[in-house]
Order: sequence, then C-alpha cells, then structure tokens
Amino acid sequence: MVITVLFFASLADAVGTRELSLAHVAGDTVASVRDRLIAVHPQVSEFTETLLYAVDEEYADEDAPVPAGATLALIPPVSGG
Amino acid sequence: MLIRVTPERLNPEEAIEAVRRDEAGAVDVFLGIVRNTNKGRAVDHLVYDAYPSMAEKTMRELAEEALARFDLTDSAVLHRTGRLEIGETSLLVAVSAGHRAATFEAGHWLVNEVKRRVPVWKKEVWADGEEWIEGPESLGMERAPATMRGS
Repeated sequence: MVITVLFFASLADAVGTRELSLAHVAGDTVASVRDRLIAVHPQVSEFTETLLYAVDEEYADEDAPVPAGATLALIPPVSGG
Repeated sequence: MLIRVTPERLNPEEAIEAVRRDEAGAVDVFLGIVRNTNKGRAVDHLVYDAYPSMAEKTMRELAEEALARFDLTDSAVLHRTGRLEIGETSLLVAVSAGHRAATFEAGHWLVNEVKRRVPVWKKEVWADGEEWIEGPESLGMERAPATMRGS
C-alpha cells in the first residue's frame, strides 16, 4: 500500500511537484513519513519550522498515525482571504 | 449553508440570498478584495492556490461553529482560486441572524478563522518578480520563532 503526499504553494514550487506516492511502512506517523520525504527532497526541511500537516483533510500532529492508503498534505502557513 | 472554493467569479448577491431568512433581521457581508499594493510595493495581480477539498471541509466546520457560537440563522463562505486581478473579490463571507450585533461579531470571527485555518495561499506578482505569502495570522506562523513573525 502507498501514502499519497500533497504539496502546495511555495512547497510545491520547491519540490517541483504537487503530489507523489510513498510506500507505507507499518507504524508510520506524520513525522516518519516527513523524514523519509526529506531524505528524497531535502528542500522540505527548510519549511518544517512553520509547516502544518493534514491526514485525510484533518490537521494532524507530528505523532499522528498515517495509515496505508492515507493522504498526507504538507501545509505551509496559509494566506487566504 | 453555502460553502465553495472556485476559480469562478464570486457573486455577493448569491451569498446574500443564500443566508436571507424571514426571521433574520440582519445580514452582514464581507468581501476580501485584491489590493494594488502591499508593504509599499505595487502588486500587479495575485494567484491563489488551494487544497480545495480540505478548504471546503474547513470552511464548513468554521461556518457550523459560527452558527452555534453566535446564534446565526445561516452563513456562507466562498473563496476564489487562480489568477485574480486588482479589485476582484477573493473571499466572500455572509452571515444572517435575528439582530445585527450577532452578524457583525460572527462575520469578524469567521473571516479571522478563515485566514488562520483554511488551506488557501496567495502569491503576489509584481512587475519584476513574485512571492508566495505566508499569512502572519496563520496557524503555522503561530509555531514560528518570533523572528519569523515580524510582519
């Protein structure tokens, strides 16, 4: 099974894509998926200080579980309005 | 309840009609407008990115919270995406209630919460460059070191 990772705005520009798939590992959390992502796309680490995360469209803490088949969104500081 | 994230032009009349009720003596409407300048720099246009499904979900949760918190009769929250020119409407919030005080308070609260939580981003485009804006009021910036929150 896989995890879908979504990027937006400045982070999508930095990574060069809006979406990618990663293999799911048993016990995955937001932090563990993010750290595997940083190994492939080190530029993500420049965003982590202000980055928020959403698992299946709900804001989630770094230690929240990411189940197989889930969508993890990496959310830079929002600026709507 | 009218909730929408859309690349189409926002129509205030649609939101007003969506929240109008016979028992509601007041409707408050807020329009967020694309301004021609920011921090002393001339803005040519804005480009809005969004996570549309989560943005609509978050807007609906906020609208429902506003209904309960301020005793509204109904609410509408719409955000536009894509390229917006100066003077166009990026955000449209309308709320109705029995009396005006609740609508003013609820409209103020809803706009603030939208800017804080809804996954939408604006990019400023100038004559000589562009930059994604990090909202100073956003939930993400609340975690940032003080030096990053200067603006």
